[in-house]
Amino acid sequence: MAGPVSSAPAIELRGISKRFGTVQANRDICVTVPRGTIHGIIGENGAGKSTLMSILYGFYRADEGEILIGGRETHIPDSQAAIRAGIGMVFQHFKLVQNFTVLENIVLGAEDGPRLSTSLSKARRILIDLSRDYGLEVDPDALIEDLSVGHQQRVEILKALYRQAEILILDEPTGVLTPPEADHLFRILRGLRDQGKTVILITHKLREIMAITDNVSVMRRGEMVGTVATANTTPADLAERMVGRKVLLRVDKAPATPGETILEIRDLRMTEDGIERLKGINLTLRRGEIMGLAGVAGNGQSELLAILGGIARGTGSIRMKGRELDLTGREDGQDRRAQGIAHVPEDRQHLGVIMDFAAWENVAFGYHHDAAYRRGVFSDNAALRADTNAKMERFDVRPPNPDLAIKHFSGGNQQKIIVAREMERVPDLLLIGQPTRGVDIGAIEFIHKQIVALRDRGAAVLLVSVELDEVMSLSDRVAVMFDGHIMGTRDAATTNERELGLMMAGVTETA
Amino acid sequence: MDYTTFLQILDSTLRLATPLLLACLAGLFSERAGVFDIGLEGKMLVAAMSSGAVAYLTGSAWLGLAAGVATSLLWAAVHGIAAITFRGNQLISGVALNFLASGMTVLVAQAAFGQGGRTPALSGAARFGELTLPFAEMLRPVPVLGPFYAEVMSGHSILVYLALAMVPATWWVLMRTRFGLRLRAVGENPAAVDTAGISVTRMRFAAVAITGILCGIAGAYMATALQAGFGREMTAGRGYIALAALIFAKWRPWGALWATLLFGFFQALAFRPDVVTAVTHVDIPVPALEALPYILTVLVLAGFVGKAIPPRAGGEPYVKER
Repeated sequence: MAGPVSSAPAIELRGISKRFGTVQANRDICVTVPRGTIHGIIGENGAGKSTLMSILYGFYRADEGEILIGGRETHIPDSQAAIRAGIGMVFQHFKLVQNFTVLENIVLGAEDGPRLSTSLSKARRILIDLSRDYGLEVDPDALIEDLSVGHQQRVEILKALYRQAEILILDEPTGVLTPPEADHLFRILRGLRDQGKTVILITHKLREIMAITDNVSVMRRGEMVGTVATANTTPADLAERMVGRKVLLRVDKAPATPGETILEIRDLRMTEDGIERLKGINLTLRRGEIMGLAGVAGNGQSELLAILGGIARGTGSIRMKGRELDLTGREDGQDRRAQGIAHVPEDRQHLGVIMDFAAWENVAFGYHHDAAYRRGVFSDNAALRADTNAKMERFDVRPPNPDLAIKHFSGGNQQKIIVAREMERVPDLLLIGQPTRGVDIGAIEFIHKQIVALRDRGAAVLLVSVELDEVMSLSDRVAVMFDGHIMGTRDAATTNERELGLMMAGVTETA
Repeated sequence: MDYTTFLQILDSTLRLATPLLLACLAGLFSERAGVFDIGLEGKMLVAAMSSGAVAYLTGSAWLGLAAGVATSLLWAAVHGIAAITFRGNQLISGVALNFLASGMTVLVAQAAFGQGGRTPALSGAARFGELTLPFAEMLRPVPVLGPFYAEVMSGHSILVYLALAMVPATWWVLMRTRFGLRLRAVGENPAAVDTAGISVTRMRFAAVAITGILCGIAGAYMATALQAGFGREMTAGRGYIALAALIFAKWRPWGALWATLLFGFFQALAFRPDVVTAVTHVDIPVPALEALPYILTVLVLAGFVGKAIPPRAGGEPYVKER
């Protein structure tokens, strides 16, 4: 940015509107971000946060409105223009070339001249300075694929700083990080702010907003609800602004009254593509309790769920209600259901539903052999529709239309339909993966209530979630997975985030 | 087998490997940029036909080469428009262009010359002549290396040397230039290139154009240097062999050289059944020898050469995400 007026705000948006077809993604958005602050933007999925940031980064053009950068009106038709205006973006899914070195990724698109060697040696010098100034240590010659997620994120930040970004936008930056990594990121962001950079943090996690931002803007249904100083607000207040009504942030549940042991996992192992994903899992679940599996994504939680759900093979022993489960692939999801195991898979849109099929057809999946849905060899579509209607009413699915294709429902309503399908048969064991991923706060509250109600009816629940907050508030016991092992099991009421965070990073108490 | 016979086989290996090498490097540019091109064969074929025809009509091998490159570029442009602009299926587009090339070449050649789909035989300046490298005769008496230099290295058309020079040139462009960095990046993660403010479409079209040029040279070499004119289906699957060699080479320029030399060596053996019989003491039928490069292709494609990791975004049209 050339010679900005020092008192002017870093960013000022005036009356930004953007429409996709019939959807008004942004409506008359006005927001001012002062220079040298960390500014949070919070809102539910589909509130229009990402659209707004995409407009700022030149991915979309606003239908109406003005963008002022450093006090002067700026036209941003593409990413190149955004970079020139001093805007850097760290996407939720990193835009890095996996088999390139850190240095190559940093110079890509910002090279000096056609020969690479001059660009690379210049970048190496600058990178050393940047690393020192902002505490962003990373080996310039390491391949991206060999770096941890936290380090890859640093490379993204360095990429923006190398392009002399004065304004850094981070989209849901902590979704893939362990709590210690997130803390490190926050230290880096504070350092950037203290050196005069402006940071915009897009998130749906209230805790992060409270922990790190100076100001916070709340968006709801494409509109800017308001901007407040973080010091003058509370999580409950922000949640209410996001949803538009009072929300219960804590899960309201009575203490568990665990009964008999229902599931016993002994020395469960699994190898895939020559990599040992599960390295001897031992875990016991009792009736009437919710066991939360915490851990950073990719440490074996998905594989464990898949084997229990009958869609992957393993070795070892799993006993359900005293009966040995088959792990060789002879029994499938259908057989598991017959034994009282219901499964809400992690990857809802691929394993949970068929996106192009109607809601009532999706409600039949896995239970299409049920006598209630059949008339002889034919399926009783009228009965299915009626049942779907009833489920939609009980689970407050909107719109309550059984004939609508699943892809036309919001993430929260899709999840409600799946949860209704799996829970309403009152399974003995419910496997539920990422129950609230991409689900809005209102629906989260509802789904959590249903899980607790199922527990209180005597079922065991195995909950896998990368949201540590969710695991801690919903579970009765928490098991932490790291690198295919269970690092340990804790009582959810007495453990804390620090203890679990260290376990998620693979640190044992004895070490 | 004496040393002279061995050198003769190596000499013909180099001749036969040249179109494979050019096509393989052509495929390398396209695939490293994330565009699969099964249409190397078709591009070589149209280039062979048009270069044969133009060289005959003008009497100039160089004009023939230019015509070959131009037609091959035309084919590449159609593939680019289908695969990049309209995000079509890259395999289908390639196969369709191969069929079109197979039919069009014979049709046009027959309509123009009426010689059963062939172009008339070329001679003189209409063909690329053989270059004798400096000091070839002088160095011949030097033991071992002298005959190798004179027999194998010397005495090829300029296009052979061009193809060999393309190997380090390709390596340098890919690994040492800004263009190469962006080209490799666009084949691995186009989103990274897009967010860096570089046009994915432009990079991929540039790569596809280079593929067109190299396939054009390969086809022109077939019709105006290796042989004297275009003949129906004269590429005989070399475009597919080049693709197999590309996998064998793990998408690397030097690997492409060794892989295509190996395929060229097998093709050369088919011309010398006497030598094969003398060495192995088994009377192998000529058709079996001729089938060797194709059998090797099948083995390579079936994955018997170890794990080769293709460019990650290969075959995927780039759609900007929200």
